[in-house]
Amino acid sequence: MFETTIYMDNAAVTRLDERVWEAMRPYYFDTFAVATSQFGYSLGIEAREALERARAVLAGALGAGDEEFIFTSGDTESTNMAIKGVAAALAPKKGRHIITSPIEDFPVLGSVKALEKQGFEVSYVKVDEYGLVDLDHLRSLIRPDTILASIQVANQEIGTVQDIAAIAGILKEHGVIFHTDATHAFGRVPLDVRQVPVDLITVSAHTIHGPRGVGGLYIRKGTPIVKWMDGGFHEFNLRAGVENIPGAVGFAKAVELITPEETERLRRMRDALIERLLEIPHTRLNGHPSRRLPTNANISFRFIEGESILLQLDMRGIAVSTGSACFSRSLEASHVILGIGGDHERAHGSVRFTLGRFNREEEVDKVVEAMHEIVEVLRAISPLGKD
Amino acid sequence: MPLPYSEIVMEHFKRPRNVGRLEDADAKATEGSPACGDMVTVYLKVDEATHRITDIKFESYGCASNIATGSIITELAKGKTIEEAKQLTWKDAAEALGGLPPVKVHCSVLAIDGLRGAIQNYEEKKGLIKEKVPTTLEEINRRLKRVVNPVVGLDIVRTKIVKEVTLEDGVVRVTIDMPADHLFANNIRDEIMEKLGTLWDIQRVEVEFVG
Repeated sequence: MFETTIYMDNAAVTRLDERVWEAMRPYYFDTFAVATSQFGYSLGIEAREALERARAVLAGALGAGDEEFIFTSGDTESTNMAIKGVAAALAPKKGRHIITSPIEDFPVLGSVKALEKQGFEVSYVKVDEYGLVDLDHLRSLIRPDTILASIQVANQEIGTVQDIAAIAGILKEHGVIFHTDATHAFGRVPLDVRQVPVDLITVSAHTIHGPRGVGGLYIRKGTPIVKWMDGGFHEFNLRAGVENIPGAVGFAKAVELITPEETERLRRMRDALIERLLEIPHTRLNGHPSRRLPTNANISFRFIEGESILLQLDMRGIAVSTGSACFSRSLEASHVILGIGGDHERAHGSVRFTLGRFNREEEVDKVVEAMHEIVEVLRAISPLGKD
Repeated sequence: MPLPYSEIVMEHFKRPRNVGRLEDADAKATEGSPACGDMVTVYLKVDEATHRITDIKFESYGCASNIATGSIITELAKGKTIEEAKQLTWKDAAEALGGLPPVKVHCSVLAIDGLRGAIQNYEEKKGLIKEKVPTTLEEINRRLKRVVNPVVGLDIVRTKIVKEVTLEDGVVRVTIDMPADHLFANNIRDEIMEKLGTLWDIQRVEVEFVG
């Protein structure tokens, strides 16, 4: 379409880091065998060792044991497996009630809706204007037949970071299995299962400059879950299928490349972006001002609509995302902005800027400058905000 | 280049014609709302003797195709008599733009509705309009033909997904042949509500999905 020179849609997918690709390469061309048992041939044993080294990196990043982490095809699969797997394991024994929040990403909402059709009951915990879960309401929703709660670490659109320790504490106290979707937080927001009693965690490589089609699921030892993919005995007999060893190796490399200094650099860029975009009149920040992802800025621009903004930005080589209905495949406005009590107009005018490793400080200047121009152009056309 | 829009749409998006307000407009109308995500206001200046549209302007809140369709209808209507302008359809607007992606066809419907609304506003002001007539199934059907099925970009009547329409004591019930959890079910429901909800003698609109 137009040549993209500034990419600020890193929550959708990040560009692969060359060092990740270099780490993966040998497992396509040299050590390309499947992982064999210790009684297999050398190439297969080497491949298995690479897989297990990658597993140790991922598990270690969460403070988990190696046998508690399995590789999947991405966050969508991990979340489906976690929610449907626990539901299937516990429905006959304990009950069919599940708790989640209205602002979860589609894999969680889609999974619980699918279970609802099978007779499960779903309750949605209230969130405040920033997207933070109401802990008292969460407590009040728990029933004897509540088997599972799924509440994200950080929001995909507005970047709000939940108090996962408090949520996990409440759920553990009542014996409810807790799944959290860490897709957008992993690597940037610390989460250690030795300190926080989470039972299942969804992670993905595509948000941290790793390869697409690779994700993982942390499953605390002893968590009731049924086998997800039938076939062979791969991934601790929970998910059958030839292991994606290059993917796993790439995922591990991506984790190792993240540094606190980098996260801090992104946070400073985010702060500058938010501060300077809010200087435009009739704007507001979506999400929490401080409890938010270091990579996320989400701003609503009144009187104008997101798809037009997106196209105007695209004409200037800038790629972002919007919560406008026109942009979504279903022509529906962002359920997240509506879920935090925003109206449709705020959702239609919301623009999400998400940062990654390859963004440079001067890009913030260019984006802010472009947004000033675009807002002026589109507001001149708009019938709104003139009286 | 995987451009979703034609060159003409992009041209009108970048440089919309006849943008703004007519402070001494003879008539105006607004269709859509900020809640719907698209809204267009059309202003008319009409020669009283000839009923010819001498000037027309528009304002648009919405996506690129909304802005472009607003722009194109002003070009199509300018210089026409109101009777001629009334004959313009959303197909004329879409064709003049070199086509629209199916999910964006509803924008052209909105723009044409804005134009027709402004003409109606003019006729009402000048006493050119008849008494309020009770809504009939024919009128409802005529309006349903302006609800676009985003799957194909054609109206829901022509694409035969309207199974049944009933009208009783000011309550309209529309049954749509589509699963309730279809990608576009909520969108179609909203569009039907919008098109029928403004009829003066309709109290309630119910949309049911079966399939």
